[in-house]
Amino acid sequence: MVATQRKTTQKKRFNDVVKAESRNLDFYYADGTQALKNVNLDVYENKITALIGPSGCGKSTFLRSFNRMHDLYTGNRYDGQIVLHPDNTNILDKKVDPIEVRMRISMVFQKPNPFPKSIYENVAYGLRVRGEANTHVLDEKVEEALKGASLWEEVKDRLHDLAFNLSGGQQQRLCIARALATEPEIMLFDEPTSALDPIATVNIEELMSELKKKLSILIVTHNMQQAARISDYCAYMYLGELVEHDLTDKIFTNPSKKETEDYITGKFG
Amino acid sequence: MAINVMQDTVISPKLSKSFRRNFIERIIEFGLLISAAFAVFITTAIVYVLVSEAIPFFEYVSVYEFLTDTVWTPNYSIKRYGILALISGTLTTTFIALLVAVPLGTITAIYLSEFASHKVRETIKPILELLVGVPTVVFGYFALMLVTPFLQTIYPDLTTFNMLGPGIVMGIMIVPYIASVSEDAMRAVPMSMREGAYAMGATRFQTAIRVIAPAATSGIVASYILAISRAVGETMIVAIAAGQQPTFTFNPVDSAATITAYIVSVALGDLEHGGIGYQSIFAAGLTLLVMTLVLNILGHWVRKKYTERY
Repeated sequence: MVATQRKTTQKKRFNDVVKAESRNLDFYYADGTQALKNVNLDVYENKITALIGPSGCGKSTFLRSFNRMHDLYTGNRYDGQIVLHPDNTNILDKKVDPIEVRMRISMVFQKPNPFPKSIYENVAYGLRVRGEANTHVLDEKVEEALKGASLWEEVKDRLHDLAFNLSGGQQQRLCIARALATEPEIMLFDEPTSALDPIATVNIEELMSELKKKLSILIVTHNMQQAARISDYCAYMYLGELVEHDLTDKIFTNPSKKETEDYITGKFG
Repeated sequence: MAINVMQDTVISPKLSKSFRRNFIERIIEFGLLISAAFAVFITTAIVYVLVSEAIPFFEYVSVYEFLTDTVWTPNYSIKRYGILALISGTLTTTFIALLVAVPLGTITAIYLSEFASHKVRETIKPILELLVGVPTVVFGYFALMLVTPFLQTIYPDLTTFNMLGPGIVMGIMIVPYIASVSEDAMRAVPMSMREGAYAMGATRFQTAIRVIAPAATSGIVASYILAISRAVGETMIVAIAAGQQPTFTFNPVDSAATITAYIVSVALGDLEHGGIGYQSIFAAGLTLLVMTLVLNILGHWVRKKYTERY
């Protein structure tokens, strides 16, 4: 820890507190293609921000910048900033430890990706990685996380079964519980329901609305109805650029840009 | 709803089966079957020869004596046939080899799969696999002329022929088997699993040890089984450097013959053709076959038990 007092920040826009903001964000893949062009976008506290746009528009690339997932592949390059509040820290800075970032900004993937371990161990994983070894603490937090992901009732009698034995929807809720266990501040969802059936999808959507009471959510979705149903803010991206970002109600009823309207009404995309 | 009524139809010449195409297909299918059957035939033939030659031996020496006696002296005046004297040599050298190869091979695999850059991996892997191509007789001399003398500088009482030196060298020999197969298994773990672990804030090492290795268990265990089979059947290294004297001992610094080393010495003509001593090599060979068979079944079972589903 630095001895001096850190300067913390609290910004507001649309009457909501900014939790994180991207500033002039450019992103280049190792082969030189530019996937993001000067993206400026806010993520608000206790709100769901949805990213929509046609395939290849850069929305997943943008999402994955928030927990430095691109660092796993050599040659990828960020330009610009993603500032996390209240720390007022650019999490893309080379001096920032991506592991610390991922501990505070967790992620749920498109396809459920539980680890080849028991249900219990899947949820306990993040805590164990952080050095938690006390069984009582682990038991408590695992239960809390599974309840938070509304999976507890279904799995409480078989916590030590292999996670792969769960259904797809349950596996995805397990992945949410896993991400929840470490009490993140922001949760990233990369098309979390695209591999699930309609009932499992509704479960996940209800869960997200519940989760936003505790944290901020950024979600990529291909499903516009989903974006309209669950999000508070919505951003339309096209060819690596942010076309429009506004309250979801406004985007879906009265978008200010023609391209957004075309996409939302299905004339394009 | 329409009611199905069979209609009178004709076979249009355009749609009729081609005799030529069918004939060629049949020939190809037959050829493939013959090739596949050949391997089965050879295996059966080997088992047949071993069993049929071993039967007269077991008429002379009881199976009980063969499996429980600890002295193996077919070419002495008092002949005793206790295979344990040979099995002990095989097991001891194999155990030493595994002690070297399992940690070394697994760590190499983890490094290559999870840590090494593309360039490093593409450089190291071919070199490692080159090790497989080194003739085992070279490894044998390496054990006898280099490793044992080196071990003697640490432990001066070590005899020239001992199980420790060849065991270590055998371990080095099988490192590439374990490294290569385990690395393939770990690399086959989908990237989504890695991303999941990293997204939880895991380090590379935590991801490798707690997620990737468990996910690849079946492949890793399979590589161990392959390595054990390879070590049990290894002949030249132990024949050259471990000695030819069958002794019931599990002490690595002792000299002892393995099953394979014994078979070599007899096959080279120490014993007359057709005698009971000669037939003993078939009994020994059969023992070896059963040992590797058991290992393979075990490997198959383990692989099934730990088959990964992602």
